[in-house]
Amino acid sequence: MNRLLITSALCAALPMAALAADKPDALKVGMTTFLTGPASVFGVPARDAAEILVEDINANGGINGVPVEVTFIDEGAGAEALTSEFRRLVETGEAEVMFASISSGNCQTLAPLAEDLEVPNFMWDCGTQKIFEENDYTYVFRTQANAAPEMVAAVAYLLKTKPDFKTIAVVNQDYAWGRDSWDIFSTTLKALKPDVEVVGEFFPKFGAPDFSTEISRLQALRPDVILSTSWGGDLDTFVQQASQRGLTNTSTFVLPLAESSLERLGSSLPAGHIVGARGDHYFLHPERRDDADFKAFMEKYEAKTGDVSVYPVFHASQAFAALQAAYEKAIADNGVDWPSKEQLVAAMDGLEFQGLGNPVKIREDNQGIEDQLMGTTVQTGDYPFATLENIMIFDGDELTTPVGEVSIDWVGGLDAAFLDGLTVSTFEN
Amino acid sequence: MNLTIFVLALFDGIAYAALVFIVALGLTLIFGVMRILNVAHGSLYAIGAYATVSLTGAFLSMGFAPVFAFPLMLVSAILVGVLLGGPIEWLLLRRIYDKPEVLQLLVTFAVFMILEDVQRLVWGSQPYFQAAALQSLGNVTLFGVTYTVYQLILLPAVALALLLGLRFFLRRTVIGKLILATTEDREAAQSIGIDADKVFLLTFIVGAALAGLGGALASPTTSILPGMGADMIVLSFAVVATAGLGQIEGAALTALLIGLGRSFAVYVWPETAVLVPYLIMVLVLLVRPEGLFGSPAARKI
Repeated sequence: MNRLLITSALCAALPMAALAADKPDALKVGMTTFLTGPASVFGVPARDAAEILVEDINANGGINGVPVEVTFIDEGAGAEALTSEFRRLVETGEAEVMFASISSGNCQTLAPLAEDLEVPNFMWDCGTQKIFEENDYTYVFRTQANAAPEMVAAVAYLLKTKPDFKTIAVVNQDYAWGRDSWDIFSTTLKALKPDVEVVGEFFPKFGAPDFSTEISRLQALRPDVILSTSWGGDLDTFVQQASQRGLTNTSTFVLPLAESSLERLGSSLPAGHIVGARGDHYFLHPERRDDADFKAFMEKYEAKTGDVSVYPVFHASQAFAALQAAYEKAIADNGVDWPSKEQLVAAMDGLEFQGLGNPVKIREDNQGIEDQLMGTTVQTGDYPFATLENIMIFDGDELTTPVGEVSIDWVGGLDAAFLDGLTVSTFEN
Repeated sequence: MNLTIFVLALFDGIAYAALVFIVALGLTLIFGVMRILNVAHGSLYAIGAYATVSLTGAFLSMGFAPVFAFPLMLVSAILVGVLLGGPIEWLLLRRIYDKPEVLQLLVTFAVFMILEDVQRLVWGSQPYFQAAALQSLGNVTLFGVTYTVYQLILLPAVALALLLGLRFFLRRTVIGKLILATTEDREAAQSIGIDADKVFLLTFIVGAALAGLGGALASPTTSILPGMGADMIVLSFAVVATAGLGQIEGAALTALLIGLGRSFAVYVWPETAVLVPYLIMVLVLLVRPEGLFGSPAARKI
């Protein structure tokens, strides 16, 4: 009789056991990031940030008592090494959740792999808008915005602050991001301000050490506005050479990724140029800078690295905030000690979380909705580099391509009324 | 295309060619004398740039005037030549002169890889920028376009001085004649009492110092970051191969050809700017496989 009771009790408990999972010793996360190569200007700060964030989570008791452990994979080692390392971490159980990746190319390779391996994967930094427009994913989420809202915000800020310009030239890196970002930017610009003339399109090779000829050409063309979505060493070199030769005095630069170069550029980036941050990412974020958690993190980060935070640091914070929020939500929703993979993935739908920026929401197509911060450079003397003034924070919902639509078509169909309808918070500095 | 644009493209091309030539000069000198294609040349270029940036930064923070950046470039170049070039020749290359070319290529490539990681270890992965030298010379405005004196005048002047200086050194000085004799026939040179080992060591140090000088001179104009050496070795190899390996004057002309081709491309058809140097190389090598100025016997790789 006793045996029967125990057996039936066990049988009754079985479905629950199948749904929930045992609480592990640690929540193991695999994070791909550039530790080598030109993009390590993003990857290394993100890794440093991840280490601080994990330390903080664990110091506060981990996630439901489970400490977080991160393994880093170097994206600089090449797509093949990256793919096999990603697979190895997942298949040997060394990672329960993956964060991949910085490079859009790597995201496009790893998203289908994550889906095949059925491992929850957060695209924590890559920009390509195409992934969720071309495929549906169950296990892949993006904990940040994508190229479309980033470029639309840059166009919107440019048109709001400098509505009367006539000519524009572009100097972008010759690879997928340089080309795609110009496609979105120019399509949006033509839709919102059809009378603009594009007077020059330059795509110097990725990693080009010298832009002298392009700069001479631009000085002869004298465009009102020069766009460059370049980043890292390429952007630094371009701005430095442009500033050395006075091009920064005759044209307004629009640099949607320059928030990550402000400190390195020092005094070379003069006042009056437009800077973006791939989201609401700025070490003096006007809505967040007085918050205790923000201040504490910024201090820790500066103490650890000697530098101010740049956008990949914010992106890393969003990925970890999403991780924590998703596990806590899954645990609460299901009343379990530790969620199964399915419960975790279910919790991602509509999830809201807050990293170092404003709150981010995961939409039904797994895309994150994130606000966009743009500003104009100013050399105040408070820092040995340019900071931002006339900051605008755009509402992410309005800038992001609606679910089911293709970004390039959507931005092409916008009109001047779109600009007036945008919700913008403006801050002097 | 009007005359102004033609002249502007000419200026840009010359400034670019000057820098490429200085790096290619070391590469072709080493090949001409030692018959070794030194892939590590790219790293020596990068380290020359890093060393200049670090030294200049240190001196400026001690309160020295920006003009001190110029002697520091020379110091960096000599440090690269003596501290890196010397040991590489003495410890590694000396053992493999009579080995197959593939092995020599692999050894210098290995040195290149090691030095790339050494750079990362010492200087990290963040880009550096140190333009004090360039700023101290100011700008000139021509046809409404502002150029830096550094790029428009100094770099071509240094390139020309190096070309003439090296010609003089090789043809008019005793050491230069010893180098030429060893290049012509190593065994015969040794039999008349020339210390070929010493000649090779000296040549490699000079070649490495030229790579370092190229990096030092490039440093005020560009971001110093990991990977810059790889780009430069590819481009300077294109120059050296198009000229004919070992051809010093040829390298000067080819650098000019490639520099001008690239800058005219930016003005006329920017999409092809990246392609132009290699297009020139392919066209030349199709017609003259030994290079513009090379003789068939001089080819090794």
